[in-house]
Amino acid sequence: MFAYLVKRVFQAIAVMLVISLIGFAIQGNLGDPLRELVGQSVSEEVRQELRDDLGLNDPFLVQYWRFLGNALQGDLGTSYFFKEPAVDVILKKLPATLELVFGATLIIVGLSVPLGVYTAIKPNSWISRAIMAISIIGISIPVFLTAILMIYLFSVELGWAPSFGRGETVHVIGYWDTNFLTVDGWAHIIMPSIALSSIMLPMFIRLIRAEMMEVLQSEYVRFAKAKGIAPWRIYFVHALKNTLLPVITVGGVQIGTMVAYTILTETVFSWPGMGSMFLEAVNRVDTPLIVAYLIVVGFIFVVTNTIVDLIYGLVNPTVKLARLGA
Amino acid sequence: MTDQSAENPVLIARRPSRLKEIWQGNIGYSFRRNPVAIVSLAVFVIITALALLAPVLAPFDPYDPASIDIMNSEYPPAWVDGSLPGFWLGTDDQGRDLWSTILYGTRLSLMIGLCAVVVQAFLGISIGLISGYVGGRTDSILMRLADIQLSFSTLMVAIIFLALTQALFGSEVFAQYAVFFLIAVIGVAEWPQYARTVRATVLAEKKKEYVDSVRVLGFGPGRIMVRHILPNSLSPIFVISTVQVANAIISEASLSFLGLGMPPSQPSLGSLISAGFDYILSGSWWITVIPGVVLVVLVLVINLLGDWVRDVLNPKLYKG
Repeated sequence: MFAYLVKRVFQAIAVMLVISLIGFAIQGNLGDPLRELVGQSVSEEVRQELRDDLGLNDPFLVQYWRFLGNALQGDLGTSYFFKEPAVDVILKKLPATLELVFGATLIIVGLSVPLGVYTAIKPNSWISRAIMAISIIGISIPVFLTAILMIYLFSVELGWAPSFGRGETVHVIGYWDTNFLTVDGWAHIIMPSIALSSIMLPMFIRLIRAEMMEVLQSEYVRFAKAKGIAPWRIYFVHALKNTLLPVITVGGVQIGTMVAYTILTETVFSWPGMGSMFLEAVNRVDTPLIVAYLIVVGFIFVVTNTIVDLIYGLVNPTVKLARLGA
Repeated sequence: MTDQSAENPVLIARRPSRLKEIWQGNIGYSFRRNPVAIVSLAVFVIITALALLAPVLAPFDPYDPASIDIMNSEYPPAWVDGSLPGFWLGTDDQGRDLWSTILYGTRLSLMIGLCAVVVQAFLGISIGLISGYVGGRTDSILMRLADIQLSFSTLMVAIIFLALTQALFGSEVFAQYAVFFLIAVIGVAEWPQYARTVRATVLAEKKKEYVDSVRVLGFGPGRIMVRHILPNSLSPIFVISTVQVANAIISEASLSFLGLGMPPSQPSLGSLISAGFDYILSGSWWITVIPGVVLVVLVLVINLLGDWVRDVLNPKLYKG
């Protein structure tokens, strides 16, 4: 296990290096830092002098090395638009996005397990058929469209829930303001969370159902039944455990998709998180902010993926051995 | 093939055509017994036909600025009060006839979706064949690449790639080549789906005797891979393709919605929805909702067909 952990951590570091290289390449090619600093009305000599001072004429590797050193100390440049360190801008937006993801994850985990298990146990009941029918419709509606249709129905027509922003938040600590402590905050977060979970939830229901149906055919489940163990115990203790392995794998793959979906959901609901900030930064060609977003998101992505892989190795001993050999 | 059957008329008389054979076989039987599949296929064919015939059917040309009158903007569909005769689905924010724009938009969405899947299939099948057939180090490198590519979700890669391209080239130039960018990025990002499945069948097939016998006959690896092994992986390829077309259409719509895809002057379904979203709060719901419904129905019937195809062909897909 330790060897696997070390190997996995090295892999994560390698991916981070590649991401930082991409980020650095973008910084060098997108926009001109001098123009942002001094504008157009400066003579060519002063420009050259400034370029030397800023180290923009240094060799590629020297510049990359400096970029990497700064990045490790949490310095990813200053946003052109906000005139603040890019990392600070992102950290201020991070809690909003994380709360949204938390809300969506709560919905996905809380509903997909019971619904998936139920549709697997009783595949022919009309409730199961209804759940499956709704889930294939859910998979067919893009996240942004679910969000728009919800705004149209619940905000414009019925006036039940607000259509944009975070509403009233409570300050917790540092940059973290939470939505979960006020009624207004709940009213604001509930629609974006549902929209964010709208494709993943049916996907996980279908996945859990398929895996569960396969597990229920296996010898050990039949043996447990013959032994007279209570059905709920067989379903939720014995069968569900083995169902969750592939679910963890798919969950790991879906982390990246979740990042993309936050961009879409935040755009529709004007949610003041990282996703909508990234699109604004792109429109303003705010290069340091774009690069900082890529590196922060890449970091979160790599860390969560590594953790998912490690959990997978922990709960599934066979895979662990196979991977060690590979 | 044709020469042989011409020389042998008896064989022709006995053997029904390929299509008829499929219709009378297992696939045809299960299709006739499955109302969902029949309706889905019918709806899909109708939408595709309408989209293909857009230049003939559409009363207006949405790409032609001369046919657009800004004064006509935001008229509701015919069944709502205050509509304008001649525009039965109403008009969008720029005064374009929504019916014509949707026809052209659907054509564009379908075209991008199909082309992207063709790119995916070509890349994925080639890589899968090589990876499975050559094996060894090539195989492990290619499959490691596939793992990495899969863990970065398509939509995330596409958003970041297109956003950077747009920032680099400026939105004017970007809009001109948006179709190609979209096809390329959706096409390249999803190749592992095909590669893994094809590789799995190649691994199962290449040890069989018929492969040995063609090798003994002296055929090269290219011919063996394409002519002899590939046909055996057609059913899983077919199953993946239906789902992939649906996903590609969703991806294209999502990207266009973010302003990273088709420009408003050449709208796909996604950019139409995006344009209408600004007006939904002021009550002009139809600009968003009608193209949205078309998009959902299109993707839904493809997904339903995909489910049916998977149940019928029931290949052992590579799970991962």
